[in-house]
Amino acid sequence: MIIYGTAILAICHLLGVYIGDVLGMLIGVKANVGGVGIAMILLISARTILHRRGWMPARTEDGVGFWAALYIPVVVAMAAQQNVVAALKGGPVAVISAITAVIACACVIALINRTGPKQDDTWKSGTSVDTL
Amino acid sequence: MEMIEHALRANSLVTAFAFVGIIMWISVYLSRWLTFGRIHGSAIAIAIGLALAYWGGIKTGGSKGLADINLFAGIGLMGGAMMRDFAIVATAFEVHVDEAKKAGLIGVISLFLGTIIPFIIGASVAWIMGYRDAVSMTTIGAGAVTYIVGPVTGAAIGASSDLMALSIGTGLIKAIIVMVFTPLAAGFMGLDNPRSAMVFGGLAGTVSGVSAGLAATDRRLVPYGALIATFHTGLGCLMGPSVLFLATKALVG
Repeated sequence: MIIYGTAILAICHLLGVYIGDVLGMLIGVKANVGGVGIAMILLISARTILHRRGWMPARTEDGVGFWAALYIPVVVAMAAQQNVVAALKGGPVAVISAITAVIACACVIALINRTGPKQDDTWKSGTSVDTL
Repeated sequence: MEMIEHALRANSLVTAFAFVGIIMWISVYLSRWLTFGRIHGSAIAIAIGLALAYWGGIKTGGSKGLADINLFAGIGLMGGAMMRDFAIVATAFEVHVDEAKKAGLIGVISLFLGTIIPFIIGASVAWIMGYRDAVSMTTIGAGAVTYIVGPVTGAAIGASSDLMALSIGTGLIKAIIVMVFTPLAAGFMGLDNPRSAMVFGGLAGTVSGVSAGLAATDRRLVPYGALIATFHTGLGCLMGPSVLFLATKALVG
């Protein structure tokens, strides 16, 4: 059933966020430490384990795939509720530091990525992206 | 007309689905016919979203963009942190574990660089513009890391609310620049494989900026970038009020 997939996703999400909160508390930070990342790792592990036992039929996978496919629309809705007005009101200090920081980071990204090993295209397989 | 408005308002999340669907449809159309597919449909949709957020902010004076307009309250739920994180976690299903493992170390290094570099730049710009005390420099520098690290750090070291607002503004502008310019700079940054997406996730910071930037570039790269970027805020909140503040204090007294 599709809901099994969605439920697995939800359980991983909640567990991950909980662990992230506990981690934050343990190291004394007022923030969630990597909750979403931990949830992703949990989901990847759950998929691997369930696949191996054959407990992951295609219908169950669809219960996760649907939400993964909704990702871009959700991000569009996220963009539509950013506080753009406040951002633009920040004045020159905010604008200059933000732009300079982004440019510097982009250069470092380019530097690291150009020195890295070449990659093949095998990673492109198995994604549930609907081509726009 | 009132009846329609009532139906839309009473079903706000459903309204949001319909509304975002229409935005996507228009964006894909514009992408195909105006830019001949050169600019990704999702990049246009995100830009439209930001423009609508600006319009909503001007119209209501609120802080949640379009979601502050009564009729579009559902946008707030659909694009809120809960749904965003749920969808991000779902994309992990597509991760090729070997690829992610291969780039693990460089991802973590990027994460540290992505905290330290923006901080140094933010704090330096603050110093140049006349904010010369350690608290102001740290708060603005932390804002340049992400818009959550800024106020969390500011609150921890006792910054004024004006400074916090400035710091949040810095982080928001950074996130918006990343959202809009990532697809344009993707070639320059070499953003075309999982390893590069993880480096990007560590260095570009903010889950919102990274997730939207990658979505607009190549949706398949999203989980790799998000996997790293999600640790960004935690690391920033850890380093901001501690190591980075003490280092700044040691430098400027």
